[in-house]
Amino acid sequence: MTTLGILLVLVLLLVVFGLLFRLQILTSIFSGSSAREVGVSNRVNAILFIIFLVVGGAAFAWSFIDNYDKMNPPIASVHGHATERMFWTTMIILGIVFTLTQILLFVYSYKYQHKEGRRAFFFPHNNKIEVIWTLIPAIVMAGLVFAGWKEWTRITGPAPKDSVVVEVMGKQFNWLVRYPGRDQKLGVVNYRLIDATNEFGFDLSDKNGVDDFVAPEIHVPKGHPVLLKIRSRDVLHAVYMPHFRVQMYAVPGMPTKFWFTPTKTTDEMRAQTGNPKFNYELACNQICGRGHFAMKLNIVVDEPDDYVAWFGQQKSFSEQNPDVLASFKQKSDKLVEKESAASESAAAVVPVSAKASL
Amino acid sequence: MAANLPTQAQVQGGAGVTEPGVSHDEHAHHDEHHEQSFLQKYVFSTDHKVIAKQFLITGIFWAIIGGTLSSLFRLQLGWPESTFEWLSPFLGKWIEAGKLNPEFYLALVTMHGTIMVFFVLTAGLSGTFSNFLIPLQIGARDMASGFMNMLSYWFFFLSSVVMFSSLFIETGPAAAGWTIYPPLSALPQAIPGSGAGQTLWLVSMALFIVSQLLGGVNYITTVINLRTQGMSMSKLPLTIWAFFLTAILGLLSFPVLFSAALLLIFDRSFGTSFFLSDIYIAGQALPNTGGSPILFQHLFWFLGHPEVYIVIMPAMGMVSEILATNARKPIFGYRAMIGSLLGISLLSFIVWAHHMFVTGMNPFLGSVFMFLTLIIAVPSAVKTFNWLATLWRGNIRFTTAMLFSIGFVSLFIAGGLTGIVLGNAALDIQMHNTYFVVAHFHLVMGSSAFFGLWAGVYHWFPKMFGRMMDEKLGYVHFWLTFLGVYLVFLPMHYVGIAGFPRRYYAWTGFDTFSQFADLNKFISAAAIIAFFAQFVFIFNFFYSIFRGRRATENPWNSTTLEWTTPVVPGHGNWPGAIPAVHRWPYDYSKPGAAEDFIPQHVPYSQTQSSNLPYEKEME
Repeated sequence: MTTLGILLVLVLLLVVFGLLFRLQILTSIFSGSSAREVGVSNRVNAILFIIFLVVGGAAFAWSFIDNYDKMNPPIASVHGHATERMFWTTMIILGIVFTLTQILLFVYSYKYQHKEGRRAFFFPHNNKIEVIWTLIPAIVMAGLVFAGWKEWTRITGPAPKDSVVVEVMGKQFNWLVRYPGRDQKLGVVNYRLIDATNEFGFDLSDKNGVDDFVAPEIHVPKGHPVLLKIRSRDVLHAVYMPHFRVQMYAVPGMPTKFWFTPTKTTDEMRAQTGNPKFNYELACNQICGRGHFAMKLNIVVDEPDDYVAWFGQQKSFSEQNPDVLASFKQKSDKLVEKESAASESAAAVVPVSAKASL
Repeated sequence: MAANLPTQAQVQGGAGVTEPGVSHDEHAHHDEHHEQSFLQKYVFSTDHKVIAKQFLITGIFWAIIGGTLSSLFRLQLGWPESTFEWLSPFLGKWIEAGKLNPEFYLALVTMHGTIMVFFVLTAGLSGTFSNFLIPLQIGARDMASGFMNMLSYWFFFLSSVVMFSSLFIETGPAAAGWTIYPPLSALPQAIPGSGAGQTLWLVSMALFIVSQLLGGVNYITTVINLRTQGMSMSKLPLTIWAFFLTAILGLLSFPVLFSAALLLIFDRSFGTSFFLSDIYIAGQALPNTGGSPILFQHLFWFLGHPEVYIVIMPAMGMVSEILATNARKPIFGYRAMIGSLLGISLLSFIVWAHHMFVTGMNPFLGSVFMFLTLIIAVPSAVKTFNWLATLWRGNIRFTTAMLFSIGFVSLFIAGGLTGIVLGNAALDIQMHNTYFVVAHFHLVMGSSAFFGLWAGVYHWFPKMFGRMMDEKLGYVHFWLTFLGVYLVFLPMHYVGIAGFPRRYYAWTGFDTFSQFADLNKFISAAAIIAFFAQFVFIFNFFYSIFRGRRATENPWNSTTLEWTTPVVPGHGNWPGAIPAVHRWPYDYSKPGAAEDFIPQHVPYSQTQSSNLPYEKEME
């Protein structure tokens, strides 16, 4: 019944609009304004442009200032501070150009609206002006490119040798995390070995993999370079960590990487933001299917000591999954014997070697 | 030159058929008249003007579909906690317990992008106006090959039918994003839309590319070969330069998309591994190894980037023309405008990898593409300054077309500037795939190109249908749309700077993205209102075709050749001989001239009072 009522109202509204429209046409014919080449509406539109400029500009400025605090995720990496500065410097330059050109556009539209008897100024070209406004943007762009290029090469340059290595693997629809263990070497993985238990596809016949451990979230130490090794095992994903200004695709068949240095622990960030539940989050930023929007991983930035302690508590994948290890053992008994011996002897010195890795 | 023959030689079929109710001078070949059947005249027509209208009306149809899809996903983004039970009569099983299905959400986004970029802003914009204006403005009786031109439309039509049908199949339409990156687009196990929906998408795009190539070859050939006497390349209206270069871009880049689509079809159906490697999905390790998903991205963006210029350049051309006409002033820097179009065309082929800075591509390549990308800002800036200088000391008439042209410049600036942020690889690390990108390209290529399209429709409507569109409704349409576009896309930048990822069904799962729920509601409301404002245009368009005020031959006092044809030009365009051209297309408000415009076909000998010193020699 209400639907019918709404429909009826809509139809009536359309009819009213239709009638008004006809009426408008008829009056414009009778008043003769439809015959005039340039009517009153020309002036109205010119004024509307000025109103649009002033009111719209003010509203834009207000909403920008109002939302400014909300639109900057707090920065927590070394390079993040540099890119953030560059971003806002660029935005200021763009803002100036934007404001000037929009003002010219609308003020000219208003100022040079049609006037009876006036003729436009015949001014087809001026090479000097063209050269000037080709060169100025070119110079500004050259400056921006140079700054961007320097920062880009620094960020994408080789990671420091002593970086903490973490591997992140994307899958529909969550992230898996692997650490290289005490030996600081990630073992070989093979996607054909993946199953419900061995989600990474550990090939435990590689001794480097025996001490690798998996974790439900990423832990990294503050103030220390972190090298993220990124893989995907099904479709494209992207590792996106807005607080660290980090983003890199996860590509099946092509491991990628990104290194950064966290500058604030999770606790420090909780204090800074005043949000006791604050967590650094890793989001998937490349469309990957149904659960794309919920593909989240928490990152914990620890004080270096806490990180070492956490690292020491982790049990290797092979230790937690003796069955998997055993299946490789069957395949190559001799090799695995050696490895497990090594892992037992190393177990006692875990915290030390984690510390050494810092 | 064939174009100079004062005969109907180039006109296939019935020559010079006039529209009923429109009288013009009897012409020499009256005895050649014969009635065309309805099918020949309106359906399988080889007349470029009819084909243009076919493209336009199909484009409008697609724009309504594309806009509806965006309203649907904006509902979800604005009110992620709400239930949409009331939509289930339309969406059926895609509403699950009152919630929009997340996979269908991705399908909506994918189809919105595909439809808007290809079917509306490529076919609907370039297809309409290249077809309509090239022969009319260069002084030709029709395209070089009317038959190929007809095929171009019907391939587009076929492609549209296939794409449209994909909306209704059980597994849903393609849902891997309009960029259809594999492996997602290659594996139905990954998302149901990558099954039959993606197959139909690829078939449809293959047909679409055929349509584009048939059209493009025709546009290029026509511009090169069929210009009327005196119409040298340096006297071409900027519209024609824009269409000409657009066609070249399309001809060189669409085949690469075709190859990408073909290889993807092979990967999907015939077990090849061009783009697939090391994949474990749905409990199964796939046998494919050695392929590279990044290779697909290179192939895709080799078209994909020129594509944005294919979309925007026709709009630039038309806006240049309309600004000059309605400011009653020559376009400022005609040669600089052509030069910047050439520069943009050339550079557009060597910037594609700026879409891929963070895909794991070699960072050195990233540096090269950053450098090339930021260069392309220079010709774009030159164009903007020239448009502003065209308005300066003009005598501006605000026709609806003029309003949309000024709106175009405003939006092009707003959207173009943020490209400088995104083209900077170091800044793109944070901004890539966020709403900052969405806001950027919706302003600079989406809305701007749409504004160019509307400007074109309002401006050339009288020549298309012999009637005027209603100006008042046009003003309402413009102001609602202009305001709407800014209200949608300016706040979207804030959301983007905050890092909100695109193609997210909801952001509620992340604390990082929890702050802009109200702003997203606002954006959604503005978007839906702006969408409904388009029905003012649609009403105006169809009403005016039948009931609009009758037009005169040259309602805007314009200089170009199309306005020398009868009110409704018949097949063959000019009833008599094609006029010869003597001057450039922008002699507006020339000092000493009797009127404030001198059409291109008026010889210097008739305008001695206004000739410039170097023109005296040509009298």
